[in-house]
Amino acid sequence: MSAAIEVQGLVKRYGELAAVDGIDFTVSKGSVFSFLGPNGAGKTTTVEILEGLRRRSAGQVRVLDLDPWTDGAALHRRIGVIPQDFRFFEKITAKEAIEYYRALFGTHADPGELLANVELLDKIHARFDTLSGGQKQKLGLALALTNDPEICFLDEPTTGLDPHARRAIWAVIRNLKREGRTVFLTTHYLEEAELLADHVAIIHHGKIIASGSPAEIIREYGRPERITVVGPPDLAQYLESHVGLPTTTDNGRISIELADKRDALRILSAIDASGLPWESFETSQETLEDVFVRLVGQMDEGALKQETPT
Amino acid sequence: MNFRHVGADYKIVARTYFRNPVALFFSLFFPIILIALFGLIFSATGSGPVTVDVLNEDHNSPVSEAFLSALNNTTVVKVSLVSDTSVTPSNFAAWLGQNDLPVGLIVPAGFEKDYLNRTSTNLTVFTNPQDASVTGTVLGAVQGVANGFNLASACGGRVCSPVISYTSRNVGSQVYTYIDYLIPGLIGFAILTSPMFSMVDVASSYRKDGIFRELSLTPLTRAEWLLSRTTWYVGITFVTAGIMIGAGIFLFSAHVQLNLGILPFLVVGPFFFVSLGMLAGSVARTPESAALIGNIITFPMMFLSGTFFTVSSFPPALQAFAHILPLYYVIDGMNQVMLFANASRALLDLVIVLVGGIIVFVLAIRLFKWRDE
Repeated sequence: MSAAIEVQGLVKRYGELAAVDGIDFTVSKGSVFSFLGPNGAGKTTTVEILEGLRRRSAGQVRVLDLDPWTDGAALHRRIGVIPQDFRFFEKITAKEAIEYYRALFGTHADPGELLANVELLDKIHARFDTLSGGQKQKLGLALALTNDPEICFLDEPTTGLDPHARRAIWAVIRNLKREGRTVFLTTHYLEEAELLADHVAIIHHGKIIASGSPAEIIREYGRPERITVVGPPDLAQYLESHVGLPTTTDNGRISIELADKRDALRILSAIDASGLPWESFETSQETLEDVFVRLVGQMDEGALKQETPT
Repeated sequence: MNFRHVGADYKIVARTYFRNPVALFFSLFFPIILIALFGLIFSATGSGPVTVDVLNEDHNSPVSEAFLSALNNTTVVKVSLVSDTSVTPSNFAAWLGQNDLPVGLIVPAGFEKDYLNRTSTNLTVFTNPQDASVTGTVLGAVQGVANGFNLASACGGRVCSPVISYTSRNVGSQVYTYIDYLIPGLIGFAILTSPMFSMVDVASSYRKDGIFRELSLTPLTRAEWLLSRTTWYVGITFVTAGIMIGAGIFLFSAHVQLNLGILPFLVVGPFFFVSLGMLAGSVARTPESAALIGNIITFPMMFLSGTFFTVSSFPPALQAFAHILPLYYVIDGMNQVMLFANASRALLDLVIVLVGGIIVFVLAIRLFKWRDE
């Protein structure tokens, strides 16, 4: 797969502050790339530089082999963007909004079809100011697709939406990927990134602190998979001595870290062989959210320690 | 410049506008209310001596000079003799109108001879009906001085008919009423307020709401966007001007000249103020400060450019100030076309507004940014 977006040494400074501090990443064509980070990490600045809305201070950026700042007009014909909290002309209906974009882009997009794609066909004649938050975001998504874009930039598209509306947007994003479009998704919801993204980059204080597929990030930065058995303290002692893996007990829940997947089978055999009673067992692994929270937390703690040496 | 883009944006503006009852009211009904209001309850204020331009056809005869000197001594008027030799009694009224002079007086040829022979002689006083108080002051002064002269020539204690009388006429080439002067002024008012208030608000609120950001991601250019808005306000101005002229004619029997010469002002005027509104909205950081800047620019122009009261009735300092206001040239140009048939001065006004409009448009385009650095 060739690259849809290539970023090398990207820097954006506001006076002394580096909002984006030398980041590199590549987004493959046809993939869903999720850009994660806490508030103020540099996500929106980076996205706006990629969209050609903001000028970079240093570094190389190519989007569809174009420089977003100098080739903005050409790039905008090939990308679709939905900003956070999408706003539009209040008295204009969904159909009229799409007709407007269609005329500006010179395409033949069918408003009914586009609105059906985002599950908003029933609001085709509704004015923007009568739509709910989720419906407004869906209209933004439909507008972003009017020019049949190769890359869709979605900046926190589900923030503030109810679970049903959020799932509807996820379905649209999956559909975009099926259609072969590249999706650049920034989000606060780690679950969203884990479900949708092929590749994730975590940015914090303007630097990328982790990058890879969600599974790779969890594997690299997450704690090992564990098996948890509900049983008596005797069972905990038995398992620790017979399996030889670190074991902790908390309120009758015996938790054992797995060094290897096969360890799960060994533990199950040992439970059976112990002859001791047990109620249930489950395996669990850290989620992307757990990893994200820990990585960001560790960085902040590290920064704090550096600032206040003892 | 892609006119398909301009057309698409024009549709958006039109729909937004027609679905906004307040905007509709202010553009279509407010002008009628203004015309009715000012037409019915007109009152004007004035103070200090009023300059009277005098065409002395009795060529400095001692009696005519004594009359004018007495008029000057009333202190309520100040006599100024017309030195332009091309001015004659037949073109005097038009000349006053073209030169923005509110009051004129013709002393007829043979004034001294008639007075000394106790033969009836008639002065002609020209005033602007837009200046009711000035008109009253001048007519009162002329009447007072004429009474004095009539008494002095009284027939040895016998009652005899007054020798000096006067006829009152209006400035301009024909008889005008206040409403005739008000129509160009109020069209100017609409040319100023509709685009200014709206564009200032649009420029700042679209930026705050991120709508400019969204438009910047489409092929629509800033110049196309401004052209669409200008075209819209030109259309609105045509409708408003039509309503005002219609209301003036049907409600108050106005006698404005429906001259094609007004059309360039209905195009160039909105062009100027759409650009100025955009400029004001672009330099402001918040919608609140944009509204403040818009008001600071708009309000002085609204009242001091000859909208409701003729500029020539202002004190000299305010008159000088009025001459730096762009709307003054729009209204003056329309006055020259609709009332005084003075094409050369109208053309000069038009050029001033057009050049100013181009400068403001260029500045607005430079300062109005779709995207940030």
